[in-house]
Amino acid sequence: MEVKDKASERSFDLASQFMLRVAEKQGIETAWDRLEKQQPQCGFGELGICCRNCNMGPCRIDPFGEEPTKGVCGATADTIVARNLLRMIAAGAAAHSDHGRDIAHTLLLTAEGKGGGYEIKDEAKLKALAAEYGIETEKRTKEEIALDLAKAVYAEFGKQEGPIQFTRRAPEKRVKLWQKLGVDPRGIDREIVECMHRTHIGVDNDYVNLTLHGIRTSISDGWGGSMIATELSDVLFGTPTPVRSIANLGVLKDDEVNIIIHGHEPTLSEMVVAATQDPELLELAKKYKAKGINVVGMCCTGTEVLMRHGIPIAGNFLQQELAVITGAAEIVVVDVQCIMPALTSVADCYHTKVISTSPKAKFPGATHIEFHEERAYDIAKEIVRTAVENYPNRNPRLVNIPDEKTECMVGFSVEAILKVLGGSLNPLLDAVKSGAIMGVAGVVGCNNPKVKHDYSHVTLVKELIKNDILVVNGGCNAIACAKAGLMLPEAAEQAGEGLKGVCKSLGIPPVLHMGSCVDNSRILVTLAAMANALGIDISDLPAAGAAPEWMSEKAVSIGTYFISSGVFTVLGTVPPVLGSTNVTKLLTEDAEGIVGGKFAVETDPFKMAELMINHIKSKRQALGLAIPS
Amino acid sequence: MQGTIFIDMERCQGCKSCEIACAVEHSKSKSLFQAVLEEPRPQTRVKVEPVGQLAAPLQCCHCEDAPCVTVCPTKALEKQGVEGPVLVREELCIGCKWCILVCPFGVIGLSREGKAIIKCDLCFEREDGPACVEACPTKALRFITVAELNKETRRKALTELQHSLVAGKKQRLLVRS
Repeated sequence: MEVKDKASERSFDLASQFMLRVAEKQGIETAWDRLEKQQPQCGFGELGICCRNCNMGPCRIDPFGEEPTKGVCGATADTIVARNLLRMIAAGAAAHSDHGRDIAHTLLLTAEGKGGGYEIKDEAKLKALAAEYGIETEKRTKEEIALDLAKAVYAEFGKQEGPIQFTRRAPEKRVKLWQKLGVDPRGIDREIVECMHRTHIGVDNDYVNLTLHGIRTSISDGWGGSMIATELSDVLFGTPTPVRSIANLGVLKDDEVNIIIHGHEPTLSEMVVAATQDPELLELAKKYKAKGINVVGMCCTGTEVLMRHGIPIAGNFLQQELAVITGAAEIVVVDVQCIMPALTSVADCYHTKVISTSPKAKFPGATHIEFHEERAYDIAKEIVRTAVENYPNRNPRLVNIPDEKTECMVGFSVEAILKVLGGSLNPLLDAVKSGAIMGVAGVVGCNNPKVKHDYSHVTLVKELIKNDILVVNGGCNAIACAKAGLMLPEAAEQAGEGLKGVCKSLGIPPVLHMGSCVDNSRILVTLAAMANALGIDISDLPAAGAAPEWMSEKAVSIGTYFISSGVFTVLGTVPPVLGSTNVTKLLTEDAEGIVGGKFAVETDPFKMAELMINHIKSKRQALGLAIPS
Repeated sequence: MQGTIFIDMERCQGCKSCEIACAVEHSKSKSLFQAVLEEPRPQTRVKVEPVGQLAAPLQCCHCEDAPCVTVCPTKALEKQGVEGPVLVREELCIGCKWCILVCPFGVIGLSREGKAIIKCDLCFEREDGPACVEACPTKALRFITVAELNKETRRKALTELQHSLVAGKKQRLLVRS
């Protein structure tokens, strides 16, 4: 029975609706309530025309053409909007790249024999990456190779003159274009530092020049920091292969110790998963009358262990508070990124303990058990022990676990897709050429309570597959699709005839889960491989991107590296740039003539799909491919 | 909706959210993201001005004996009853600016195209009352009737009086013991 209430207005996902009703009954405040309390939000902020970069300000520009038209320093709306955008890109690129650095550090420690429990799981990938870096692999141990690779990758961050090795995976035409435009990154940290320099009072004031550096910085993320995170994670923890699992809050169990791992980096989640198998801790759980230890993921760190081990995923970004409200979580263990500070106050209402682990991310009210790679397993054991010991404190009267959980098939790394295709991209390219598959869409990004949770994600993806567009995705979009049952081979029934046929013959879902948000780099690699196989640029491909419910600065960097790589990208929430018509025009019109990709802003998922389909059709036409009616 | 916009200067942070909300309310689309692209650009009827260390928004006070209404040669300005808004009928306004000259508060402006004057209309057609009041994040702007305001002020004054009386009694008791 369909219930029309606040909960059903707020989320499209039934488990979340159930939890929102529980929250309302218990008087627990969630992100949706806080968004309401923030209304109305500041118009200057929404338009990107307030500047706090120096103490002559804060300054803001009148959005309707009246005074003030300039900040105290003389910065116009164009300058202020472009500077603010650049700072968002810098923060996003910094987050992804620092994640990449942590993984490189773990690989280094592992190679040196100091990794407290880590090992090199994918030797073939290690050797392939070593070859890319020109590292000798013959007659060397994997640790020796890994040591050289880790050092070479580590050096990418501090490089001054470039190039970043992985950028050379892009089609030659694209690399030449980047070089011509002066946006081929020289290093990772350097570009981020330069963002901060340029946006300091009185440095770069030209909106085009500022945006071009944003493009360069985003490339150093997508083809640099993020790609490093993905590739080295595969070396350490194994390259994902198709695996079945389950998604949504229904994965929590009422008779087991529930551990939710939330955040982004796999270094922690891998070890926590390993520690839950520890006989000593299983014995302890039994002592406390728990039937077992149930570890589930949340957000991207959850996706990392979902992709590699089939660990169930409890939900995406907006479900983190809801997971605590189930009253069934012994601990929520977090590392970095997208962890709401509100989590600890929600946890205060239950027995749940929030355990912070990163020296970079502390939360008032949380228990801090600092994670160090050198003693990874021991620390993970301590964390799991805390969970088991908290089990007796659970109040059964406060337990409300929703029934919803959906099966999914995930784990589609580039390598896995190639394997499914029989070792070459040709079957996919043939399907694209014949029109069975009209094109490829990368759908990514966060949740944002400004739009109905999961609605845009799921609606857009359904529209795309219905129109024979193969969807590859990651991050919160992937979790939304898994919950909606779109990641099962059976979901091919919801696809158009052409895509349905291809999926059925390969036994794959029409929506392929490529991983966490750093794993959007896998989408870049896929597109580059397709373009290279066809001898064209990424911008020539019948492909498009979308971030239907985006909210984070990381998403701004992702969107920018997508368009910088030549992908038309639709944003489902309005970015804070409309205060400058020039910057808006640059991003949504002129960019196409510069980098071959551009942004569009559209909040209606049906219209989003239409924009993407029309773009894909125009690219097919340009390639002389038939346009299926 | 009847009432007056009252300002609490100590609460105003000078964020100008009222200005933006006013312009958006008086735009064709009534949406911020579309309004910034409209031609002619919508205009605000309320302006935030600095007052010493403080700031305050000011818009038409909808004077009961409004000089702008008295002086208007074409009867374009009209007061809509006690505590009602002073509204302008654009088709009658000739843009002579006499009202601007006599307004003691400087809150009547000229429309961008110069066709007529523009001023606060208390958002008289808006169900939820004035947009500026709704937009104020610190509740420095309030839309209430004179009767409501007076009642509030009386109660506040009496509460304070009561506190001082109780405090006074206590003091007397302390002196005695």
